[in-house]
Formats: sequence, C-alpha cells, structure tokens
Amino acid sequence: MTDSGNDSHSAHIHIVPIRVYLMVYVALLVLLVLTVGAAYLPGHHTMLNNIIALTIAIVKAVLVVLYFMHVRYGTRLTWVWASAGFFWLIIMFILTLGDYFTRHWIPMFGWEQP
Amino acid sequence: MVQEQAQQTLSIQFDDLDQQNESYIVGMWTFLVTEIMFFGAVFAAYLVYRVANHDVFYLAHLKLDIPLGFFNTLVLLTSSLTMALTVHFAQRGRSRQELLFLFITMGLALTFLVVKGFEYHHKYVEGLIPGPAFRFEPVEHLRVAQLFFSLYFAMTGLHALHVLIGVLVMAVLAVLIAIRHPSVQDFIPVELVGLYWHFVDIVWIFLFPLLYLIPR
Repeated sequence: MTDSGNDSHSAHIHIVPIRVYLMVYVALLVLLVLTVGAAYLPGHHTMLNNIIALTIAIVKAVLVVLYFMHVRYGTRLTWVWASAGFFWLIIMFILTLGDYFTRHWIPMFGWEQP
Repeated sequence: MVQEQAQQTLSIQFDDLDQQNESYIVGMWTFLVTEIMFFGAVFAAYLVYRVANHDVFYLAHLKLDIPLGFFNTLVLLTSSLTMALTVHFAQRGRSRQELLFLFITMGLALTFLVVKGFEYHHKYVEGLIPGPAFRFEPVEHLRVAQLFFSLYFAMTGLHALHVLIGVLVMAVLAVLIAIRHPSVQDFIPVELVGLYWHFVDIVWIFLFPLLYLIPR
C-alpha cells in the first residue's frame, strides 16, 4: 500500500446512472403485470402457471440483486457472498422437498404426507 | 462520464477505501444470507403444505384481496427505486436530494404498512384469523384453510415486521443526515440500509405470487 495519503479520498465505486435504475424499474413493473396476467390465463394448467409465476419472481429478484443492490458492479467477494445465500437456500429446498415429495414411495405408518 | 463523488474517510483498520467499502458490503451480505435462510425456511414450509393441499389453498386464497396485494407490490417496487436513488445521491454527496428520496421511501413503506393493516383488519372482520373464531365455508376444509391463513399471517407478518424495522432505521438515518452527523458523512450507511430494503422488496416479490395468485 502506498502511503501517499490522498488515495483515501478516491475509492473505485461505480455510481449507477439514474437512467439504468429507471429501466430496471420499468422492467419490474412489466414483469409484475405479466405475473398477474399469467394467473388469469384461461384454462386449467396449474403446473404451467406455477412455473411462470416463479420464473418471473426469480427474474425480478435477479434484477433487484444485480442493479438495485449493485452486485453486478460489486467485487468478486461480494459476488461469492451474494451467491452463497441463494446457493444454500437451494440446498435447503432440495433436501426438504426431496423428503416430502418422495414419502409416498414407501408407505410407512407415522410417516404420512403433511 | 465523470461524476462528482462523495468524500469518504478511511478508518485506521483498513488499508484503503476499496477494502473498507468491500468489508462493509460483504458484512451486510453476510447478515442478508442469514435473512435469506430465515425466510427460506418459512417459504419451504409453505411450499410443502401448498403442494399437499393445493385445492383447499386455492379456495382459501380467494379470500385475499388481489387488487390490494397488487397495489402493495407496486408501492414496494417503487420504494426500491426511490431507495436506489437515495443511494445514488448519497454516493454523489447530494444530501438534499438524498434526504428527499429517503423521505419518499419512508412514505411508501408506511403506505405499504397501512394497506397491510387494512387487509389484516378485513381478515379479522371476516373471521379469518386462525384460532377459535376462525370461520370457513365449506366446513370440511376448515382445518386446511386455517393452515393457509396461519402461513399467510406468519409470512406477511414477518415481512411487515421487516418493513417496520426498515422504516425505523430509515428514520434514524434521516435524522443523522439532517443534522450532518459525522457517521453519515460517508455514503456506506445509506448503501447498507439500501441493501436491507431491497432484500425486503425481494421477499415480497416472492410472497405476492405465492400467496395471492394461486392458480386453480
């Protein structure tokens, strides 16, 4: 590290332009309308509706994390930390759902469906 | 494009400002990871019960007010934008605009809570609070419908608590900025509150479709 002293006044921060924030906001609103619209699709396709709703929610969350939470412009350590949370979340979901959704494979007393 | 950038002060335990900023942001993310896991557990419980009782959950969710839920989603997404702008102006050292957008964000957060309060009150009037007074037609679905509303109140209640904490933290931040307190000369406190607020927004992004928009 240099001890020149004046480096303490200039960090390498990325100031996201307001235009980018507004574009992300508009995208989020469009996705919100799409979610509600998809819920009223005519017909009876529960699985398809669930997949559409969750996909849109994940896209919205990714937009918020990358732009509003600045992870896109963040350091590599920030990337690792932000990903770790969602990675561990996926592990928890796979283990929990893997248990509950396979219980009917081997019927046992006291080990019923929730 | 070169923009003016707010002055930052280096604490003695850090080599330089980049290291200092990264430490604060990674520290906040560490907290958010615990929050993700905390909410994740409630979401997992909801998912397990919803898959097992899909049809009754569909019937029970018809009691929720979709227009109000939609309005609240709109309010929260907008508050995320205004919070992002708050951070933007903090990074540029424009404390007046920073304060303005912080107040707008607080106003939107309070709007969310008021609407949520009306929704809760409506559920109370309709006898949809889990407990001895819970009423649901047809009666054979009462137990599972009560399960749905237990999950509904647990999830939206925890979320509303986070919104409330967010409002309080923003109020403290606003006072510190208004009196030009040394601790908020740096934009990092605003950035960290922003990270928390966007996380609260993300939770609602998942809550809204999962609770209000159950497909038949």
